[in-house]
Amino acid sequence: MGSAFSRLYGPKGWAALGAVACVIFVVFPLLNLGVPAASPFHVSAYWVTLVGKIMCYAIVALAMDLIWGYAGILSLGHGLFFALGGYAFGMYLMRQIGADGQSRATTTSIAHHQNESEFPWQWWSSDSFWWCAMLVVVVPGLLAYVFGYFAFRSRVRGVYFSIITQALTYAAMLLFFRNATGFGGNNGFTDFRRILDIPIATPQARMTLFAVSGAVLIGTLLLGRFIVTSKFGRVLAAIRDAEQRVMFCGYDTVHYKLFVWTLSAVLCGIAGALYVAQVGIINPSEMSPANSIEIAIWVAVGGRGTLTGAIVGAGIVNGAKSYLTQAFPEIWLYFLGLLFILVTLFLPQGIVGLARRWTRTG
Amino acid sequence: MRILLIVLTFALGSCASAALAQDAKTVEKLAFGESAEKVEAVAALVAAGDEKSAALLQALADGELYTAGKRVLIVRGEDAMDAATGVKVAPLPEDREEITVNNRLRRELGRALAALKLVSPERGARFAAARELAGGAEPAMLPLVKKALAKETDSAIKRLLDQIAAALELKAGDREARLAAVRKLAASHNSNTKTLLLSFLEAEKDEDLRVEAQKSLREIEGRLAWGERAGIVFTSISLGSILLLAALGLAITYGLMGVINMAHGELIMVGAYTTYMVQNLFRGHAPGAFDWYLACAVPASFMVAALVGMALERSVIRWLYGRPLETLLATWGISLALIQGVRTIFGAANVQVENPVWMSGGIEVLANVVLPWSRTIIIFFAAAVLGGIWLLLTKTRLGLFVRGVTQNRAMASCVGVPTARVDTLAFGLGSGIAGLAGCALSQIGNVGPDLGQAYIVDSFMVVVLGGVGQLAGTVYAALGLGFANKLLEAWQGAVLAKIAVLVFIIFFIQRRPQGMFALKGRAVEV
Repeated sequence: MGSAFSRLYGPKGWAALGAVACVIFVVFPLLNLGVPAASPFHVSAYWVTLVGKIMCYAIVALAMDLIWGYAGILSLGHGLFFALGGYAFGMYLMRQIGADGQSRATTTSIAHHQNESEFPWQWWSSDSFWWCAMLVVVVPGLLAYVFGYFAFRSRVRGVYFSIITQALTYAAMLLFFRNATGFGGNNGFTDFRRILDIPIATPQARMTLFAVSGAVLIGTLLLGRFIVTSKFGRVLAAIRDAEQRVMFCGYDTVHYKLFVWTLSAVLCGIAGALYVAQVGIINPSEMSPANSIEIAIWVAVGGRGTLTGAIVGAGIVNGAKSYLTQAFPEIWLYFLGLLFILVTLFLPQGIVGLARRWTRTG
Repeated sequence: MRILLIVLTFALGSCASAALAQDAKTVEKLAFGESAEKVEAVAALVAAGDEKSAALLQALADGELYTAGKRVLIVRGEDAMDAATGVKVAPLPEDREEITVNNRLRRELGRALAALKLVSPERGARFAAARELAGGAEPAMLPLVKKALAKETDSAIKRLLDQIAAALELKAGDREARLAAVRKLAASHNSNTKTLLLSFLEAEKDEDLRVEAQKSLREIEGRLAWGERAGIVFTSISLGSILLLAALGLAITYGLMGVINMAHGELIMVGAYTTYMVQNLFRGHAPGAFDWYLACAVPASFMVAALVGMALERSVIRWLYGRPLETLLATWGISLALIQGVRTIFGAANVQVENPVWMSGGIEVLANVVLPWSRTIIIFFAAAVLGGIWLLLTKTRLGLFVRGVTQNRAMASCVGVPTARVDTLAFGLGSGIAGLAGCALSQIGNVGPDLGQAYIVDSFMVVVLGGVGQLAGTVYAALGLGFANKLLEAWQGAVLAKIAVLVFIIFFIQRRPQGMFALKGRAVEV
């Protein structure tokens, strides 16, 4: 097992990964907590949250890359799994507001939306951290499993699959916009105070969440690498390239697709939970079809079919987004639109593919 | 009209001295009384029912009635006259104060004026007045209504007045009159009558009357239910026609050509904004012909959207044929850029597109069912567009080429079909139809940069449900979705209906991945 693990990357790869881990776990905490705020080397809370958020997006991009880049299934509904994970964990965070003794928001905004002293049934046991942490994994996973089982068994594929995943997230968005659904309607969840009874706004809590996100990201990367380099991963790539032939060779492609599809949804759910804890808000617009398509463009920009590409793409697009939406809000959509067009026309392998071509030729 | 009344008031005021004493008291009550007294005064004036009362009430409604010391004045511009005597007052008193009209009084006034208009010589005014009163009339108006009823010749107004009279009798008449009224009300189409009878049932003690009232109530409910059903059928067909229009273009670009055009919704938006531009041009340069701007907007929106579509096909989509997922992403990018482009040019807010006069209003089929002209016309418009596409695809050379390229591109090319140009033209055709949809949608909904986003999911659902490459399937799917949506909406509300329909489509595609009307043979595995 140990040797299988060390074989995931070459020496250079492990060195690069170690460097990234060092930045996440040592440099960032030191510069944020250890360096005084006046120093030019100080990393502000804004940056910690921003990078933490982008790491969550990178996990989603990895999940997307696993099914799109390696299994050839383009999902336009991954925003749904992300949001479901976020909502599941958001429920816990909302209940924690109540634990804040002198809090002004003791009657949570949920109770404000529906004047019932009893929480609706969906909120059963939601004051338990472990229950909600389990929901983060189980709800997206179960939904993806059931949806995928029927879809793959009926051999819904290609564009049809993309369109029904879009219908799925659209339907879920409409559902969550209703106040009667019991998840805060339009406003969703926000105004969190505590996590595990620790105030969430302190630098230490923020840095802990940041480090956890980093650890999950690195774990996801290694898991993804393990999957795509295994025999399983080869079958997935074969399904992507010629599904009918794989079926004629005697493989039951449904199970392969279903496994990676469910895994992908679970990873999205975990990313969503980490995202909510750091960004501090979740609402139904996370489920809008536009958000899900944006996930696809992160992967496409970075280079699908390469795991590092997914991370690079998520970083570049979201970095550009947070810069452009602040500096030039009106050109952001032009930029994003052009990115979609240019990448599909001229960069089918993404940035990583381009870099590889350069290093090979030059 | 109002000036005529004033003149009449002068004439009457000088000769009708007998009525003056009574009148002066009413006027005083109207001007200085408490709220309840004012309402009484209004009722008294209606009961009098002459032109002078009408002028007085109109003046009060228009805020032209003033008090000055003990006197009550009707002030119009620089002229003032005493409301009770009709004597001209000059100069204008300095210490005059407007008589305020609170909400309750204003409602009473509206009805009172309507009641007085029942005897107007114009049919339209009488009809409007009768409809206003059908919403609720005061017992004091009964003599007036009866008077109007005796004079009325128009059968529609007569029916309405009959109903109003019956409703009033129900409140105030003796047993015989109430019985007659209950029976008469059974013929009503109005949902107000239902509430009226329900409240009557609660108050009434007489057993016979109650039985009669219940019978009438059932009859009315039956009729109202039919009206509601008819209304649902109409809105279903209307929604179906809108979905059809939105999806027809996609049925060509996606269904026939296999291009996943996520910018389809934005082509609809382009059509809607073209209509807006044409409307502005007409308003600016030819206000006289404003009612006919649509005649120009329809071809214009087709052309503009078609040109945009052809430009997109030539520049982007052409390079992505055979790679549907990449096409999806690229066209999504196009849609984002188009949305932002419209925002930059026209602003992020919705723009105002006005209906021409002949499209506003509606046909009243039953009392509670009014079919708006705009929606009715769009149903026919959708049918016409459908017919046009069918003719184009089956009867013309271009249609033959499109079908040929769809079925076997290599073979079509071999026999000399210019496939590249056919692609461009077919995409332009699909886009142009999206533009037509936008032109139609601008007449019934908001026109804003997000217009297309609302329709893209729906249009894809229609095409996928109907089966790719099938015009007939698209029609059935659009109408089917229209009905499913509206029936569920009547039952569970709009949002749940929409969710249910989406979930249904998801399940449907699982069972029949190729849609309702699947193409058979080689085309299936493309």
